[in-house]
Amino acid sequence: MFARGLKRKSAEDGEDVEGGLAGTQATPSYSLQRQSLLDMSLVKLQLCHMLVEPNLCRSVLIANTVRQIQEEMTQDGTWRVVAPQAAGRAPLDRLVSTEILCRSVREQEGERPAPDVGDGRMPGLVPGLSAVPSAQALRSPQSSLWEVDSSRENRGGFQKSLDQIFETLESKTPGSVEELFSDVDSSYYDLDAVLTGMVGSTQSGHGSGLQAFTSAATPPPGSSCRSDLGELDHAVEILVET
Amino acid sequence: MNEYRADIISTVEFNHTGELLATGDKGGRVVIFQREQESKNQVHRRGEYNVYSTFQSHEPEFDYLKSLEIEEKINKIRWLPQQNAAYFLLSTNDKTVKLWKVSERDKRPEGYNLKDEEGRLRDPATITTLRVPVLRPMDLMVEATPRRVFANAHTYHINSISVNSDYETYMSADDLRINLWNFEITNQSFNIVDIKPANMEELTEVITAAEFHPHHCNSFVYSSSKGTIRLCDMRASALCDRHSKFFEEPEDPSNRSFFSEIISSISDVKFSHSGRYIMTRDYLTVKVWDLNMENRPIETYQVHDYLRSKLCSLYENDCIFDKFECVWNGSDSVIMTGSYNNFFRMFDRNTKRDVTLEASRENSKPRAILKPRKVCVGGKRRKDEISVDSLDFSKKILHTAWHPSENIIAVAATNNLYIFQDKVN
Repeated sequence: MFARGLKRKSAEDGEDVEGGLAGTQATPSYSLQRQSLLDMSLVKLQLCHMLVEPNLCRSVLIANTVRQIQEEMTQDGTWRVVAPQAAGRAPLDRLVSTEILCRSVREQEGERPAPDVGDGRMPGLVPGLSAVPSAQALRSPQSSLWEVDSSRENRGGFQKSLDQIFETLESKTPGSVEELFSDVDSSYYDLDAVLTGMVGSTQSGHGSGLQAFTSAATPPPGSSCRSDLGELDHAVEILVET
Repeated sequence: MNEYRADIISTVEFNHTGELLATGDKGGRVVIFQREQESKNQVHRRGEYNVYSTFQSHEPEFDYLKSLEIEEKINKIRWLPQQNAAYFLLSTNDKTVKLWKVSERDKRPEGYNLKDEEGRLRDPATITTLRVPVLRPMDLMVEATPRRVFANAHTYHINSISVNSDYETYMSADDLRINLWNFEITNQSFNIVDIKPANMEELTEVITAAEFHPHHCNSFVYSSSKGTIRLCDMRASALCDRHSKFFEEPEDPSNRSFFSEIISSISDVKFSHSGRYIMTRDYLTVKVWDLNMENRPIETYQVHDYLRSKLCSLYENDCIFDKFECVWNGSDSVIMTGSYNNFFRMFDRNTKRDVTLEASRENSKPRAILKPRKVCVGGKRRKDEISVDSLDFSKKILHTAWHPSENIIAVAATNNLYIFQDKVN
C-alpha cells in the first residue's frame, strides 16, 4: 500500500516518522492523532453550521480534510479495523488517550484541560463564539456493535453525513441543523479536553503523512452505499464512532 | 482581544493617483484619507494623509428567507479612475456592491427669492423684488452619495470586485460565481463564471479571488481554494467556465500532509501593473507567475515558513483560514504581504532581499525609521529576535496597500491604520 521508504512528515516539528512498511497499519500514535484531527474537523464543520452564515470556503476546506482522512483510513484498513478494538471500550477511553499524548506539552503550560459540561465553549476554536446549543452537538457513540457489523455502511453513512452538511449549507433552514445533529450526550463535551490539550502543542507530532498516490483523485469509497443508510441518527453515530 | 469591534479595518485601497486612500471596516464604514498638498514653505514635510471623508456605506441586513444576518463589513473597495472633479469608488459587503460618489462642495447659493437664509419659506406677500441667487464661498464640505446599488445578484459571499480597464464594466465574485456588471445598469448582471455543481454534495472547490487584467478588458483571472488560477477570455464565450489558461504548481510529495490543501488555498490574486505577471498568496508563501508559463510559478517567497510545523495548532484555532492579501509596488519590483504579530514582509524581486517590519505604536514614532524584525526559529534567540511561540496570532496584518507610484504604504493592523513613507531610497 505504501511505497517503500516513503517518509511521512510530522506536521509539528518536521520529524520523520517512518511509515514505509507495506501493508501494515499506521503506528498507534499516528492513528490516534489522525483520529483527533478527524474529530476536531467534524466539530468544526458542525460549528460552522451554527454560525449565522457559514463561510463556504472554510467549510469546503474542512470537509475536504475530513474526506482525506477518511480515505486514508479506508486504505489503511483502519476504517474497518477500529471496530473490534473499540468494541467493549468506552468512547471516553479513546479521547482520554489522545489527551495523554498531548499532556507533556500541557504540563509545561501548567494548564489542566477541564471538560466543560453544560458550557459548550471550545477554547482555541472560533473566538467569541457563544456556547454551543445542546441540541446541536454530536451524540457520542451508543453502540460499537453497529460498527462491527456494517463497516461498508459506515463509509456510506459518513459520506452521506458530509453530503448532508453541504445540502444544509445550501438550503440553510435552521430546522435542518437540528435534524442533523440531535440528541446530545454530554460526554461528548469531553472532546473539549482533547482539543484544549492540542492548543499550543508543538510536539504532539500530529500525523500528517499521506501516501503518495492521489487519494484525492479517487472517488470517495462508499458513495454507492449512500442509499444503504436512511436514518440520520445512525449516520451521526457512525460519524462519531470512527 | 474582542474581535468583533466595528472599527476593525477590513480593506485598504489607494486610488489611481495615490492622492486618496480609502479604508473600509467591519462596521460598514468607509473612511477616505487625502494627501496634503506639499507646500513650498515646508519642504521637509512630506505630504501626509488626513481624513477627507467618512460615511456609512453598508448597514447590517436580515435575509428573511434564510433567517440569516447579512454582515455590513466592507470586504473590498475599488476606485474608479477619475474622470471629473468627483471621485468614484465601489464598496461591497457580502451581498451588495455600491457605487459611491465623493465630491467637494465649497460654494453655496445665497439669495433665494422664496426662501430665507435659513431655508424657511418667506411669506410671498413680503417679496417685492426679484433677484438672482449667487454662489458664495463656504467651508469645504465633502459629501458622499450612493449613485448605484447593485444588489440581489449573489447567493454566496462576495470576496472580490474588480473594475475593468474599459471603465464601463466591473465584476463581482462570490464563492461560486462571477458576475459582470455595467456601471449604468443595476437591475441585471451577466454571469460569466459558475462553478456551482449541480449537486452541492459534490462541492470541493470555491472561488477565492478574481481580478481583471489591467489592460486587456476581455481577460480576467480567478483563484481557487485548491491553489489554482484560471485565466479567462470573455471573447471565447458568454460563460467563461472553460479557461484559456490554467496555472497550478505540482505538489511536492515530500511536504504532503492533511493540511496541504488548506495551505495551498489562494487568498489573494493580483496582476502586476505591467499585466505580465500575477501574484498569488497562499497561507505560507507568495508566488509570482508569468502569464506565459502555466505549470509553475517563476518565483516563490516564504512569508513565515516557521509556521509549517505549527499547522495543527493553527488549524485548531482557525488561523490557518486567515486570508492574507498581497500587493505590488508601482514598478512591480517589490511585493508586500502581511503576517502575524503585526509583522509585514517585503520582497525585492530583483535583489532577492526581504525584510520583516512591524506595525505597532511602540515602534512607530512619527518619522522614526522602522527597524527590521526577525523571528527566531530554533536554538538561541538573539536579543532583538522574537521566538515563534511568542508570536501574537490575534495581531494579523491581512490588508495592505502600496501607493501607485511612490514608496508609501498603508498597513491595516486590526483597527489601526499605519502609513509609512520612504525617507531615502
